[in-house]
Amino acid sequence: MFDISKSNKRKTYGIIGVFILLLTLIVYFVGIYWFEEASIGVAIFAMIFSIIVSWASYYNSDKIVLSLNGARKATKEEHQRMVENLEGLCIAAGLPMPELYIMDDGSPNAFATGRNPEHSVICVTTGLLQKLDSNELEGVLAHELSHIKNYDILLQTVAAVFVGFVTIISDLFFRIGVRSSRSRDDDNGGGAQAILLVVGFIFLLLSPIFANLLKLALSRNREYLADSSAVELTRNPEGLISALRKISSDTDPLEQANKATECMYISNPIKNKKGKTSSLFSTHPSVEDRITQLQNIH
Amino acid sequence: MGWIIALVVVVVIAIWLIGTYNSLVQARNKVRNAFAQIDTQLQRRFDLIPNLVETVKGYASHEKELLENVTASRSGYMNAHTPGEKMAADNQLTSTLKTLFAVSENYPELKANANFSKLQDDLKGTEDKVAFSRQFYNDTVTRFNDKLQVFPTNIIGSMFGFKEEELFKTDEAAKTAPKVQF
Repeated sequence: MFDISKSNKRKTYGIIGVFILLLTLIVYFVGIYWFEEASIGVAIFAMIFSIIVSWASYYNSDKIVLSLNGARKATKEEHQRMVENLEGLCIAAGLPMPELYIMDDGSPNAFATGRNPEHSVICVTTGLLQKLDSNELEGVLAHELSHIKNYDILLQTVAAVFVGFVTIISDLFFRIGVRSSRSRDDDNGGGAQAILLVVGFIFLLLSPIFANLLKLALSRNREYLADSSAVELTRNPEGLISALRKISSDTDPLEQANKATECMYISNPIKNKKGKTSSLFSTHPSVEDRITQLQNIH
Repeated sequence: MGWIIALVVVVVIAIWLIGTYNSLVQARNKVRNAFAQIDTQLQRRFDLIPNLVETVKGYASHEKELLENVTASRSGYMNAHTPGEKMAADNQLTSTLKTLFAVSENYPELKANANFSKLQDDLKGTEDKVAFSRQFYNDTVTRFNDKLQVFPTNIIGSMFGFKEEELFKTDEAAKTAPKVQF
C-alpha cells in the first residue's frame, strides 16, 4: 500500500508541473496579445500567476470538485447509520474520518476526493442511499475509503481540476480571439491574433487528449485494488458485489457528471443510450470483470 | 587499507541495526495505539449502560436478573486489566443485550420509548465499532509479528527483547462468555 500512495504522489507532482508549464504559456500569449510585444517581464508574471493558481487548486481541489458536482454535507442526525458505518470503517482502516457529502441525483453512485486522508471527502448520491441496503452501502463506502488510503484521490482530484481549468481557458481564448478578429480587421495586431487563435485551437484540441492521458495515468488497476482493499475492510465481498450489480444495472444517467470528473466515481457515470459503458476508452474496468475478481477473494 | 574496509563494514552494520531497531519500535507503538483504540470504543460502549439500565427499569422493573447481568458485565469491564478480560466482559455484555432486546418485545411501552430505541441504535453502532477496532488491532499485530519473525530482523528482535503480540480470537472469547438465563 505504501508504494502505491508514493507513486500516486509522484504522478501528482508531475501533473502539477505540466499544468504550470501550460498555464505559463497561455498567460505569455495573452501578454503578447495585450502588449503586442514579448518581454521577460510578461514571462515572469505568467510564471508567478500560474504557480499561484496551481497552489490554490492543490489546496482547494476538494471544494472545487464538490461545488462542480453540487453536493451538500451529510449530518449525523439525518444519516446516522451511514455516518456510524463510515466511522467504523475508518477505525478498521486506521484513517481519520473524511467529510461525508450527499448529492441530489437519482443515479446511484459515489466518489472520493481531497488531497490527503486528513483532508478528504466522500460524496454519495441520494439514489445510492435509496437503492442500496446497508451491506451494499458499506461496500461502496469501503471502496471510496480505499481510494483515500491509496492517495488515488489526490491524483484524480488534481487531474480533474486541471483538465477543467485548461478546458475553460481554451474555450475563453477561442471566443476572445474570434470576437476581436471580427472587430479589428484592419489592425496590425493581426499576427498576434492569429497566434492567439492558434493557441486557443491547440488548447481546445489538447484538453481532450490531456484528459485521455490522465485516464491512462489513472490506471484501471486502481479500481481492482480499491475493490480488494474494500473487502479487506468489510470482510464481506457479497456486499460490494451486489452493490456493483445494482449500480451497473441502473439506467439513470448521472446528471452532474462530466468528462473531467468521470474517473472519480465508483462506477462509470456517463452511460450511452443503452445504459452500458464501452470498454476500450472507459476509465473503469467492466463491472463483470470486477465482480469476477471479487469472487476470487477468499 | 584493511582497516578502512573493516570500518565501512562496521558502520554499515551499525546503520542497519539502528534502522531495524527503530522500525520495530515504531511497529510496536502502532500495536499499542491500536489497542488503545479498542479500549476507547469499549469505554464508549460501557458508558451507555447506566442510562440503558435506568430506562429499562422504568418499564420492566421485574426483569431483575437480566438487569443485574447487564450491570455485572459493566463492573466486569471496570475491574478488567488485561485485553482478554476486557473482551470477555464485552462478549458477556453483547450476549446479555441480545436477551434484553428480545425480552423488550414483551414491553410495547418500552419499545415505543424514543430514548430506548436511540440507545438500541447506539449500542449496535458501538458493537460494530468495537469489532472494527479489533480488526484494525489484529491487522496491526500481524504486521508487527511478520516483521519480527522474518530473517534477519528476528535476530535483532530477540537481542532487544521484542516479543510477539497476541491476536484477538473472537471464537475463544465467545466460548468463555457466560450463558444468560431467562
